[in-house]
Amino acid sequence: MSDALWIILVGCLVASSCALVGCFLVLRKLAMLGDAISHAVLPGIVIAFMLTGSRNVVPMLLGAGAMGLLTVFITDVLNRFGKLQSDASMGVTFTWLFAIGVILVTRYTAQVDLDVDCVLYGDILYAPFDVWAFGSHLVAPRAAWLLGVVTLVNAIVLLLGYKQFKVCTFDPALAASMGIQVAFWHYLLMGLVSVTTVASFESVGAILVVAMLVIPANTAYLLTERLSRMILLAILLGCTSAIGGYWLAERLDASIAAAMGVVAGLQFILAALFAPRSGVISRLRGPRGAGLQLPENSEGTNATAQHVVNS
Amino acid sequence: MALFGSINAIYVLLGCVILGVSAGLLGCFAFLRKRSLLGDALAHAALPGVCMAFILSGQKDPLLLLLGAMVSCWIGAISVDGIVKYTRCKEDSALGMVLSFYFAVGILLLTHIQKQGNAAQSGLEKFLFGQAASLLGRDIILLGTLGIGMCIVVALFYKEFKAVSFDRDFAHASGMNTRLIEYTLATLIVLAVCVGLQAVGVVLMAAMLVTPAAAARYWTDRLGRMLLLATLFGGLSGALGALTSYYGDRMPTGPWMVVAVSSVFLFSLLFAPKRGVVPRAWRLRRFRLHTAEENLLRTLYKARENTQAWDTPQSLAEILQQRNMPMAALRHTLHRLTRKGLVCQTGLRFALTPEGLQAARDVTRRHRLWEVYLTRQLEIAPDHVHDDAEEIEHILTPELEQQIIELLGHPETDPHGQIIPGLPTSEARP
Repeated sequence: MSDALWIILVGCLVASSCALVGCFLVLRKLAMLGDAISHAVLPGIVIAFMLTGSRNVVPMLLGAGAMGLLTVFITDVLNRFGKLQSDASMGVTFTWLFAIGVILVTRYTAQVDLDVDCVLYGDILYAPFDVWAFGSHLVAPRAAWLLGVVTLVNAIVLLLGYKQFKVCTFDPALAASMGIQVAFWHYLLMGLVSVTTVASFESVGAILVVAMLVIPANTAYLLTERLSRMILLAILLGCTSAIGGYWLAERLDASIAAAMGVVAGLQFILAALFAPRSGVISRLRGPRGAGLQLPENSEGTNATAQHVVNS
Repeated sequence: MALFGSINAIYVLLGCVILGVSAGLLGCFAFLRKRSLLGDALAHAALPGVCMAFILSGQKDPLLLLLGAMVSCWIGAISVDGIVKYTRCKEDSALGMVLSFYFAVGILLLTHIQKQGNAAQSGLEKFLFGQAASLLGRDIILLGTLGIGMCIVVALFYKEFKAVSFDRDFAHASGMNTRLIEYTLATLIVLAVCVGLQAVGVVLMAAMLVTPAAAARYWTDRLGRMLLLATLFGGLSGALGALTSYYGDRMPTGPWMVVAVSSVFLFSLLFAPKRGVVPRAWRLRRFRLHTAEENLLRTLYKARENTQAWDTPQSLAEILQQRNMPMAALRHTLHRLTRKGLVCQTGLRFALTPEGLQAARDVTRRHRLWEVYLTRQLEIAPDHVHDDAEEIEHILTPELEQQIIELLGHPETDPHGQIIPGLPTSEARP
C-alpha cells in the first residue's frame, strides 16, 4: 500500500474510534473531555519516561492512560464532593495536571531528548514510516495496528453494552432503577475515551483527536434522532473528512491532520445550515409560526429510552 | 533584593500580575455562565488570526499579531453563541467544535506559511505558547493599559454584567440591551485571553480564567466579593509564578502561576468556612452526634415515662431493648451525654439528670407535636408519621414549634395517645 493510502486508513481509524465514543460524550455534554484528557496526560508520559528512561511507547501509553482516568476521577470528585460545577471542575483539573507536566519536562528532561511536540503530539504525516511487523506478511504502520485494535475494542465493548450505555446516557435515573451499575458503565466509557484519546494523539496529533471526537458526532446529531444512526453517521462523516482532508492538505501543501479537522468542521457548517429538519435554513423557511423555535430533542431521546425499556 | 536590580524581572513580574488580575476578574463571569472552558476554546481560536495577520502583513509585528488574535478570538466567541442559539448542539459541544475547528484552521495556515519558506515566519507559533520571560517594557505598557481598561469597564457596567450573568431573562425584561452587554462581556474576555496568551500560552491561559473564579466561589455568595477575591488570587499567583521562575533554576513562569493558583484553589476547596469540604464534613459530624444524643435522651425518657421514676438508672441492655444501635455507638453517646451533665452514671447504669430530663422533654415534645401536625394537617396515617418526626425533631426551631402549637390549638396527646410533655401551661393560652 502507498503512504497516501496508509495515511487515509489511519485517519479513518482515528475517525471511527473517536466517533464511537464521541457520540456518547456529546450526548452526555462532556464534549470538552477529549481536550482535557489530551492535555492532562502530559505528566503521565513524562513520569513514564523518567521511570523507564526510554521513549518506549508502551509505558508511555500506560502512563498516559492512567492519567486520563485520573483526570476523569478528579473531575468527578470535585464535582460531587467539592460541589463545583462540572465545567469548572474539568477546567481546573486538566490545566493543573498540564502545568505540572510542563514543569516536569522543563525541569527534569531538558537535557534528555524528550520534546513535548514530537512525543506527545505525533503527526499523521509520519505515521507510515514507523512500522510494526508480525511475521513477514503483516507489515503495517504502528499507528494502524494501534488504532485498529482500539477501534475494534471500542466497537466490541459498545456492542456488548449498547443497551446499558444508551440508558445511562439518556436517563441515568431510569438506568439505576433498572439495576444497571451507572458508575461502572460511566467509568468504562471514560476508560475507552481515555485510551482512544491517548492512542490517537500519539499517532496523529492532539488536534485531530479533539476534532474527531466532537465534530462528526455533532454533525450526525443534527441529522438524525436515533442513537444507532447517529453513531454510524458519525463514523461515515469522520471517514469522509479524513479522505477530504488528505486531498485538501495536498492542494494547500499543509498539515494533513489539521486539514482533516477543517473538513470535518466544514461538514458541520453545511449540516447546521441545510440539515433537513433541524438546519437553520429549513427552520427559517419551515411552517409558519415555527420560526427559529428548536424542535425539542428530548422527545426523541425519551422515545429511545422508552424503546429500550420495552425491548 | 536581586529582583529589583533587573528591570526585565520587574517587567515580567508586572506583566504576570496584570494578567492574573484581568483573567481572574473576567473569568468569574465565564464561570457564572457555566462556560468555564470558554477561555480554553478562545485561546485556541486565536491561532488562525495570528496566521492571517502574518500572511496579510508579511511581518511579525506583535501589535498586528495581537490584533489578528483578537479578531479571530472574537469571531470564535460569536460562533459559540451562534451554535448554541441556532442549532440544537449544546454549549460544551459548541466550545469543543470551535476549539478544534479554529485550531485546525490555524495549524493549516501555519503549516502552509512554513512551507512557503518565508524566513520571517520562524517562531510564529511562540505567540501561542507563551514566553513570559520575553516580556519587554512596551508589552507591559500595552498589557497595563488593557488591564486597567478592562477593570474600568467592569466597574462601569457592573450592574448590567451581574444581571446578565445571573438571570438573562430578568435583565432583558428590565429593559437592558442584553445582546450588547453580552457582546461587551465577550469582548472583554477575548481581550483578557489575548493579553494572557503571550505570557502563559493557550492551556495555562484557560487555567487563569477558570481557577481563580472557582476558588473565589468557595469563600462567598456575593458577586462583588467573588470578583475581588478572584482578582486577588489571580494577581497573587501571577506574582508567585514570576518570582518562582526568577529565583528557581529552570522554572517556567506560566506553569508555576497555574500551580500557585491551583494551590489556592485546593486550599479554598478544603478549608473555605461555608462551602469548603472540611468545614462541611465537620458540621455534618456535629449534626450527627447531636442527633444521636437527642435520640438517646428521648429513649431514656420514654423508658421511664409511665413510672415517672426518673432517678432509677437503666442498664445498657435495657436501653438497647428500646433502641437498637451498635454497642460502641451507645457507649460513645452516653459518654458524651455524661460529660455534658445530661446523664449521670452509677456503676454501669445510667439515669437522666434534671437538665437531661428537661432536654429529653423538649425533644420528645417536638417529636410528638410533629406527629400531630402530620396527622391532622397533612392527613397522614398515624403509623406513617414516626420516621418523619424522627428527623424533624432535631431541627425544629422554638419559633416554629410555637406556631405549630398555636396552629394545632395546644394538643395534649400525640396520635398514639401519648402525652406531649412540657407544653406551655394552659393559662398561658391567649
